[in-house]
Amino acid sequence: MSQHAERGDVVVPARPGRLRTFLDSDIVYSWKQQPVVIVATLVTLVMFAGALFAPWITPQNPFDPRQIDLIDAFTPPLTTSDFTGTFYLLGSDSQGRDVFSAILYGSRISLLVGFAAVLFALVLGTLLGLSAGFRGGWRDALIMRVADVQLTFPSILMALLIFGVIRGFLPRSMHAEVAIIVLIVAIGLSDWVQYARAVRGATMVEKSKEYVQAARVIGLPDRKILVQHILPNVMRPVLVIGTIGLALAIIAEATLSFLGVGMPATQPSLGTLIRVGQDYMFSGEWWILLFPGVALLMLALSVNLLGDWLRDVLNPKLR
Amino acid sequence: MLAFLIQRVLQAIFVMFVVALIAFSLFHYVGDPVLNMLGQEATEADRDMLRSQLGLDQPVVVQFWQFIVNAAQFEFGISYRSARSVSELILERLPATLELATISAIFAVVMGIVLGIYTAIQRGNWLSKFIMTASLIGVSLPTFLIGILLIYLFAVELGWLPAFGRGEVVDLGWWNTGLLTGSGLRSLILPAITLGLFQLTLIMRLVRAEMLEVLRADYIKFARARGLSRRVVNLRHALKNTLIPVITIIGLQLGTIIAFAIITETVFQWPGVGALFITAVRFVDIPVMAAYLMMIALVFVIINLIVDLLYYAVDPRLRVQGGAK
Repeated sequence: MSQHAERGDVVVPARPGRLRTFLDSDIVYSWKQQPVVIVATLVTLVMFAGALFAPWITPQNPFDPRQIDLIDAFTPPLTTSDFTGTFYLLGSDSQGRDVFSAILYGSRISLLVGFAAVLFALVLGTLLGLSAGFRGGWRDALIMRVADVQLTFPSILMALLIFGVIRGFLPRSMHAEVAIIVLIVAIGLSDWVQYARAVRGATMVEKSKEYVQAARVIGLPDRKILVQHILPNVMRPVLVIGTIGLALAIIAEATLSFLGVGMPATQPSLGTLIRVGQDYMFSGEWWILLFPGVALLMLALSVNLLGDWLRDVLNPKLR
Repeated sequence: MLAFLIQRVLQAIFVMFVVALIAFSLFHYVGDPVLNMLGQEATEADRDMLRSQLGLDQPVVVQFWQFIVNAAQFEFGISYRSARSVSELILERLPATLELATISAIFAVVMGIVLGIYTAIQRGNWLSKFIMTASLIGVSLPTFLIGILLIYLFAVELGWLPAFGRGEVVDLGWWNTGLLTGSGLRSLILPAITLGLFQLTLIMRLVRAEMLEVLRADYIKFARARGLSRRVVNLRHALKNTLIPVITIIGLQLGTIIAFAIITETVFQWPGVGALFITAVRFVDIPVMAAYLMMIALVFVIINLIVDLLYYAVDPRLRVQGGAK
């Protein structure tokens, strides 16, 4: 009925904006279909935000001795202390630290280590995989042999062994300060193999395609072909592995810290908080253990669900 | 066959060599063992004497060779922390770990196969659905949280089972066992469940998937058509063909159980080798760390060698191509 139609023109629909395109995509459609994934996304976002803005949200900085009162120790949850009049949402621990604040600060460290370890593994694995797949020969043989051997060890054991070895080489006085870096390197090194394997496979496929040959013909150096032409085409599996890897890295960090060989009690992650809280399980101060445990559980579970979902959406072959 | 075997054995030896090199360099570069062993009052002459007694004045290569010879005889020196022989420490804690690992492996395999068969045959009823959902949550829970949860429920709240330790232990001379006393057995329940749960879910899902696949095969339909009872069809015809991939996976998972024993032992204060290793890492007790490193590497290398050979025996394609790839 519009003017255009009367004049017999072809109606060209306006090109949808980027946001519209995104909202109409398969990914968003699949997201809307699954209530579990929606909940997981919300939980993840809330926990990320809580960790990111911890200094502004929390009532105290639990690791600044000036802000905590020893006299408030072991205040139960949802109670106002009789001594200082401070309200403790999730209770306080043996030193009067607010458990809620400690959890937010702790998840900050857990997430930092998780992200950094995944990034470390991702970059290392991608570089080695590109090199192995593109050049072949002895490099390929060496890298893949090492990968095979490492795959035979469970990655949590690998991280533990690497952590122990690095720690052995460092002077004792440095242990607490560099714990976070050692953790990141240990977890990252225990997890690069999957990225390397995926990238190597994809690179070998891409390498023989015409666009790479064309790039060679016009005389581009290998480095440029690898980074500008092949890399963008092999990143998809890497990102998928990365999202699932994040949940695993968070759990690995928590496990090491729980075992007492990760973050020290002066700079606790969620795992450290759980280890400390375990001591109070028998004496009735259940909140010191329960809330960090629930926080870790929610974080690991929701990131895991998101990762699984993203894998299915981005990689229909795996379904 | 021979080429394949030699290649695998060479690879195993190479892995052990690298691990030995790492363990040795730990010893060599971390502090001065002489200072660690002698007190501050020792004179320079005492130190020199001990140094030459320990062979520390020899060239590095000679020392490395000596380290390998000692390691082959399971001799790793004295623990810095407890001042006792490392091999003694490990040997006295090995039974605890092996008992825990064996019991949880049996628990995981038996329960995994039973639940896997059940959820495959009774697909769609509410109990199977519940088991499948629960197994998903079980997979994403960190092991130590499961342990703490079990302790809280069964030890703190209900008070049915002990929360830590091994209970009463019977000394058989070369082996101390907790399997012969009531308290020993009761102490074993929670750690074994904690350690076996992950493997259980894995085996269960595998058995279920394989079983569903097999149940669709023609020979099963034929067996049903012959009028055989459901029991015979399910358990005798279907299960048999399900088990081949399951056995290989179980073999590979044995190593994982040993690795996760470290976590379980720490949660339950189980006096095993894993807990010993964690303490060693915490206090930088190099001899114990080195010994554990070598031991765990050996265990994994042997398991993988056996699994490789099993594949070779089971899969004729490997034989045609002549091995490796």
